[in-house]
Amino acid sequence: MNSQSIVWALAAAQTLLFILAAPLLAGWVKRIKCHQQNRAAPAVWQPYRDLTKLLKKNMVLAGNASWLFRAVPYIIFGATLLAAAAVPLIAVHLPTSAIADVIVLVGFFALARFFTALAALDIGTAFGGMGASREMTVAALAEPAMLMAVFTLAMTAHSTNLSVAIETVLQAGLVLRPSFLFALLALAMVAVAECGRIPVDNPATHLELTMLHEAMILEYSGRHLALIEWAAQIKLMIYAVLIIDFFLPWGIASEFSTGALIVGVVAATAKLMLLAMLLVVWETVLAKMRLFRVPQFLGFAFMLALLGMLTNVVLETGG
Amino acid sequence: MVEGSIGEALAMSTAIPLLIAYVAAACALLSGVVSLFAGRHHPGFLHSGSFLFLFLAGATSIAAGGWALLANLTLTGQMALGLPWLKWHMRLDPLSGFFLLLLGTLVIAVSLYGPSYTREFARGKAAQPLPPLGVFTATFILGMQMLLLADDALVFMIFWEMMSLSGYFLVVYQHQHAANRHAAFLYLLLAHVGALVILLSFGVLAAFGGGLTFDQMRVAHLTPQWATLAFLFAFIGFGTKSGMAPLHVWLPDAHPVAPSHISAMMSGAMIKMGIYGIVRVSYDLIGNVRWEWGLLVLVIGTASALLGVLYALMQHDLKRLLAYHSIENIGIILMGLGMSMIFIGSGHKLLGTLGLVAALYHTLNHALFKGLLFLGAGAVLYRTHERDLERMGGLIHRMPVTAFMFLVGSVAISALPPFNGFVSEWLTFQTALQAPALENGVLRTMIPISAALLALTGALAAACFVKAFGIAFLGKPRTRRVARAREVPRGMQGGMALLAVLCLLLGVLPTSVIMVMAPVTQLLVQESLPSAAAQGWLWLTPISPQVASYSAPLVLIAIVVVFGMGFLLLKRGAVPARRVDTWDCGFGRLTARMEYTSTAFTQPIRRVFGAVWKVEEDVETVAGAGPIPRVTSIRHHLHVQDWSWLKVYQPIGRLVLHAARRIGFIQTGNIHTYLKYSLATLLFLLWIVSL
Repeated sequence: MNSQSIVWALAAAQTLLFILAAPLLAGWVKRIKCHQQNRAAPAVWQPYRDLTKLLKKNMVLAGNASWLFRAVPYIIFGATLLAAAAVPLIAVHLPTSAIADVIVLVGFFALARFFTALAALDIGTAFGGMGASREMTVAALAEPAMLMAVFTLAMTAHSTNLSVAIETVLQAGLVLRPSFLFALLALAMVAVAECGRIPVDNPATHLELTMLHEAMILEYSGRHLALIEWAAQIKLMIYAVLIIDFFLPWGIASEFSTGALIVGVVAATAKLMLLAMLLVVWETVLAKMRLFRVPQFLGFAFMLALLGMLTNVVLETGG
Repeated sequence: MVEGSIGEALAMSTAIPLLIAYVAAACALLSGVVSLFAGRHHPGFLHSGSFLFLFLAGATSIAAGGWALLANLTLTGQMALGLPWLKWHMRLDPLSGFFLLLLGTLVIAVSLYGPSYTREFARGKAAQPLPPLGVFTATFILGMQMLLLADDALVFMIFWEMMSLSGYFLVVYQHQHAANRHAAFLYLLLAHVGALVILLSFGVLAAFGGGLTFDQMRVAHLTPQWATLAFLFAFIGFGTKSGMAPLHVWLPDAHPVAPSHISAMMSGAMIKMGIYGIVRVSYDLIGNVRWEWGLLVLVIGTASALLGVLYALMQHDLKRLLAYHSIENIGIILMGLGMSMIFIGSGHKLLGTLGLVAALYHTLNHALFKGLLFLGAGAVLYRTHERDLERMGGLIHRMPVTAFMFLVGSVAISALPPFNGFVSEWLTFQTALQAPALENGVLRTMIPISAALLALTGALAAACFVKAFGIAFLGKPRTRRVARAREVPRGMQGGMALLAVLCLLLGVLPTSVIMVMAPVTQLLVQESLPSAAAQGWLWLTPISPQVASYSAPLVLIAIVVVFGMGFLLLKRGAVPARRVDTWDCGFGRLTARMEYTSTAFTQPIRRVFGAVWKVEEDVETVAGAGPIPRVTSIRHHLHVQDWSWLKVYQPIGRLVLHAARRIGFIQTGNIHTYLKYSLATLLFLLWIVSL
């Protein structure tokens, strides 16, 4: 086996690790959230049990569901999987990260969202339409903030390629860049909105007043639902890994030796666990906002990202 | 320059592409002539014949344009027409080749689509003669072909006017509707204001160049002030035709009321002639692009993109919605051009080339997907006679092919991978990311902000097309006529399929497309993107692999593999899904009236961006009789208006009327008074002459 194919195998392994670990992260979040709120917690493996159960179950389809409704779960899962492949988790400079840069990543999520919203409209219930309408509104506001934050980072790294960006941060060492702080805050807020977490959305609810993402997938069952749930878990992990990659990349493997890779896995696990705890604290102290407060929330994120970029232009790039 | 023997062989046989281009124009002309005789007596055969000639015109346009582009040829010729001292100068170069290619592709799609579609007009109660439609379609296309070949201002303006005037007759074709007449008048008015301003631009250039030919203008030395003036005139004039804000008001009126294949041509090709004009005049004829111009173009482009999509969101007339999206996409093209001008003006030629490539790529992409979408809307119109989204629904079951094609167009226009719209927006973003190369801090900030607004535009466009496709094609049919719709004839499907396939191809093979476009940028800025294909056709690396890379073919392969594997793995051994009625919460059956409507879908966006529109909303409730108060009926009125119309055009209109009334007093109706006016004028002229 030549080195090229080893590298590709490594990339595939990383992607596989990504999608297999995503339910674990979701289980971990749920577990510590329960502890935080004095509830009896399910095992961290619970999401795997749920997914297997859903995968085995027979499906029920609405009478007027078209082919689109049946194809969408695969499209969502496929797009999310591609996004996962492009994000460095334990090693940089894997060939899959050259297929897509950050902007393409945003494109993949947009593709998944586009089809989720369409599937929501396919059955013709009011819930689906409502979810689709709200989701597209929130996404429209989140996307510029996301792009702005990413631009700030890309301008420092002179690249939108994730591997190159990570390398730049690693080489610079521990430098406090004000622009990065702003961008981090903005990106975290966008991640909360995009992954359908409190205070923008509540993934654990089935109340029509608070639903965004759940309203869109109400009509799904069986393996379709499993794919969509799994994709949502992967998406949460991608955003978490993105934040880690941009702001705390230390520990990620820059060469493909066994030692470095093991360090990479350990570092990624530790950082993800920590970030999940932060998310839980955030979700516990905050309450769900009304929909029309979300624009202010995301507007704030956009302003932060804008400030980050201005600081970059004014302070860091220099005259 | 294409390397290798094919390129050289093509370059050797000189002047042939120009001849092919003439043949293309002749075919368009013949199509009109044939159509003229397709009257009451021989409708079928001759009618199809006219579209056959259109097909040939499209094919030869592609041949001529493609040849000039691939072989990097610049051919000039003179036609024995025109004034005795001013022969018609013609020129085919890579830039006009590129636009001929774009035009030809659309013409072919329309010629496949047209025969079935237009026959509808000759049927039923409101039957109309077909010859005018055929003749003006032909002259419309002829005008565009020839203006692309024009090498002097005279020829350019003649064919520019031919295109504009034919456009008027096409918009007003179904003249029994007042809306069509109104739209056509507005179109004509702004087309002429635009043409007048273009003429002023050529006037400035001709004065410095000492003649009307483009060659004289190219070598003219303009002072910066005059160059800026010429640019401004050209930008305003051509921008009017492109539909940039705030000169866009004619577009959302005119495009929807024209027959759908004409809407596709107008939105796909005609407004691109404006882009051609801007590029030709500012890069080629004036030269020495300045960054200040770029800033203006960028700001106007950003405003057009955002306003276009926000106004599109509020539409529930499918074709009007598409028309507003043309304004948005012109904005995106202008953003690319603006950044290109800023970079070139600040001495970064390579980055300027990147912006130009992004803009031209988006021009081509928009022609394809907007053409596709208008043809799709036309297909819906053809079967359901419905343009109102609120009365459609569930068409995916009745018109599966059309639905699929429209879906492809929707994904492409929403800038989602792996389709073509994504590639050009990605390139635009990449251009914007190079802003740190600029010395000017304001520009360094302005460009990323406009890129963020581009992201907003893209996300809103996706929302708009979820609405358009979702409300029209998904869910349950809302009217009986829509429930009974059936698939359109083969020819119409073929026209759409051609464009849909191209949308995918241009999305998946961006590197090859950029290589094909290299001669255009060579011609305009003597630069191409050497690193774009440095890693082979599989990878698109506009600046360098370190900066950014995107592999569309691999993305497509991955999507197909993941999709197929997931499908096979999960499908195997699974029990077929049970079909049941949707859960209705225990109340009666769910009906189409309970579905989300287009107006409801955009309500959150309307509320978030409330200041952009003039929204008039009120709810009218009728209370029933009886001791217990209850509401018998509720009516919700929503009226969304364009501010630019209310704040810019209506005041101008009032001003003109007012002025006309004031001046009106000199018109007495008395012949003696008029003779006195003539005498006074003559005396005045004599005095002027004798000075």
